[in-house]
Amino acid sequence: MTTIDKRHIISILVENEFGSLSRIAGLFSARGYNIHCLSVAPTSDDSISRMTLVTYCSDAKSSQLMKQLDKLVDVINVKDLTDETHIEREMLLLKVKSTLKQRDELKRLTDIFRARIIDVTDTTYTIELTGPTEKILAFIDSLGKIKIIEQVRSGALGISRGSESLEIKK
Amino acid sequence: MKLSGSEIIIESLKKEGVDYIFGYPGGAVLHIYDALFAAKDIKHVLVRHEQGATHAADGYARACNKPGIVLVTSGPGITNCVTGIATAHMDSIPMIVISGQVSRHYVGSDAFQEADATGITRPICKHNFLINDRESIAETFRKAFIIATTGRPGPVIIDIPKDLTDPNIKINFEYKKNIKIRSYKVKTNECEDKIHDAAKLICSAKKPMIYSGGGVVLSKASAELTKLTKLLNFPITNTLMGLGAYPSSDSQFLGMLGMHGTYEANMAMHNCDVLLAVGARFDDRVTGDTKQFCPKAKIIHIDIDPSSISKIIEVDHSLIGDTKKILKKLISYTTNYKNNIDTVAIDKWWKKINSWQKKKCLSYAKSNKVIKPQAVIESLHKISKGKSFVTSDVGQHQMWVAQYYKFDKPNRWINSGGLGTMGFGLPAAIGAQLAFPKEQVICVTGEASILMCIQELSTCLQYGLPIKVINLNNRYMGMVRQWQEFFYEGRYAMSYMDAIPDFAKLAESFGHIGMVIDNPENLEKDLTKALSYKNRLVFVDVITDQTENVYPMIVNGKGHHEMHLAPSANEDIELA
Ligand SMILES: Cc1ncc(C[n+]2csc(CCOP(=O)(O)OP(=O)(O)O)c2C)c(N)n1
Ligand SMILES: [Mg+2]
Repeated sequence: MTTIDKRHIISILVENEFGSLSRIAGLFSARGYNIHCLSVAPTSDDSISRMTLVTYCSDAKSSQLMKQLDKLVDVINVKDLTDETHIEREMLLLKVKSTLKQRDELKRLTDIFRARIIDVTDTTYTIELTGPTEKILAFIDSLGKIKIIEQVRSGALGISRGSESLEIKK
Repeated sequence: MKLSGSEIIIESLKKEGVDYIFGYPGGAVLHIYDALFAAKDIKHVLVRHEQGATHAADGYARACNKPGIVLVTSGPGITNCVTGIATAHMDSIPMIVISGQVSRHYVGSDAFQEADATGITRPICKHNFLINDRESIAETFRKAFIIATTGRPGPVIIDIPKDLTDPNIKINFEYKKNIKIRSYKVKTNECEDKIHDAAKLICSAKKPMIYSGGGVVLSKASAELTKLTKLLNFPITNTLMGLGAYPSSDSQFLGMLGMHGTYEANMAMHNCDVLLAVGARFDDRVTGDTKQFCPKAKIIHIDIDPSSISKIIEVDHSLIGDTKKILKKLISYTTNYKNNIDTVAIDKWWKKINSWQKKKCLSYAKSNKVIKPQAVIESLHKISKGKSFVTSDVGQHQMWVAQYYKFDKPNRWINSGGLGTMGFGLPAAIGAQLAFPKEQVICVTGEASILMCIQELSTCLQYGLPIKVINLNNRYMGMVRQWQEFFYEGRYAMSYMDAIPDFAKLAESFGHIGMVIDNPENLEKDLTKALSYKNRLVFVDVITDQTENVYPMIVNGKGHHEMHLAPSANEDIELA
């Protein structure tokens, strides 16, 4: 196993209970891992939450991390999606300054990236974009000199391709 | 049956077969104490500090393999338990801590004696619960017992708001034993093929070594471990936590390994070609420099906890499940392969090991002027015929017990191995003595450690516990002094114990017998006398050699083959 840090995207099914999130967050800080981004919401069974989490670590460390997560009493299932075919999406909400001069340019960029303008004031645009993280970053990059007033990202969501499910079969 | 929350707690404990609770009352648990007052089958032991309650429950659990139960109040009650919970957690000891919490409508308001018990204990326990409604009390207790006692055991905290224990609100009580916790999984069985392959590998060894730890004690697998080792005629070493799981008096036993392990155990580790690790977790005090750990060995690791596998040392073969079950299967498979064992090679390996043993690494300079601490432990072993339960605190005295009190049975050696908690010994002895009222319980301590939980002498009087406290009084935090001698050019910063009390008098003021032994000539006679008091606690203050060090020693960052030996060890022996 390599010792080089790489990006790991991890899915966790956890009891939707008081304290579950702090247990998982606590495990990361106690064992010296860093949470790059994290998203949580209930699954089709609302007594279970699903988390998608991105961290940077070596493969050896990530396999230890998976075991530690699995050991938490509240954790139902955990999977490292990194090395299997999976789909990732992230959502971006961006409020940018848009002077009269910049409006055309902004409209053009949103079209190219298939983003949407969802709120307009006389000085700002608010734009929504979903896609893989690289696309989100490329879009932000493309704005060039346009001033960002506020940036909100959901963090990555991940799901494996094919018919498999992490959820408990009923 | 309609019961109040408090009554449900007591009934749940009864259903779990609890006989002792170690605790200390306070506002948030008064309803529970009132219900306990009426209960006949459960005895409550009043400690003098909540840390003592956790260590006593822990000592009880270590002695009899049943979960230890603690009951404390909110706020300072539960914060005082932190060290004891962490101690149990590090050594995987089953424990249930019930803490009162302020009433639900006060939670989060910084109410009097409110502390975030689940938040504070989260990183130091196996699991914790904050109960939110009366209806879930019974089920939560059942879950807590399942979690604390199955898989890799550990402490579980149940925090319960005071209003839920109100004696005037009664609900239906039913205790369902068979409940499922869908997110909690324990793998107890390993697949046969993997055990089979491991047996084959074991029987192919030419320089085998068995290294076993506390997991063998926890899964009550001592008989199986002994049988397998005997069957194979392989050498075996135990970790600090595993001592007694294999009889120390047996000729295949090489002593403890690791930082203060024997020369022969550490050398055999370094040179072995197949290592069988059983219920041990490759702690840094055991492995030394991990890059130099067992450099030539294929490693097989048996453990109940998947996260222990390849955590510190990458292993070649893992067997995950209950140690006892796996060892049983391993015995039957190795019996089949026994003829494959290269007995000539094994004999040669034993000759090599015997040559290492000639180093006599545990020999020490005897003296008739000062009392040698090692001699005290050897005497204790002789007088008690090696049969006592021995608890210890942390420091040099702990290592000397591990090295010189040759434990032949599991559960007899009770010490804080993982967290290294000074103050553990005396309260742990309380728990052990209550679990085994007819057995001799000895607490070996140091003059620094004993002062951390000395108040429990009062508890011992109240419950008539005839513990024998042996205080190896070297007027130093000896282990700290030793490191300062080796690594800080003898600058003994803050390790000299100034203003030490007169321990014999102190013990007497607590209502016990106090003794001082300072003459090496009288050591055995006086110790015999101290141990002969059947119904009294005797505190023996033994004035020992101030300058003695624990040997052998592997310095941090060194390998098993790079030990410092005692000046008295046999230097002439030819080694390779
Ligand atoms: C609660 C706690 N604080 C500090 C330490 C660090 N420590 C380890 S051994 C030791 C000295 C113990 O002295 P003593 O009890 O006299 O035992 P000795 O080593 O002299 O036998 C200390 C301070 C510890 N293990 N636990
Ligand atoms: Mg001392």
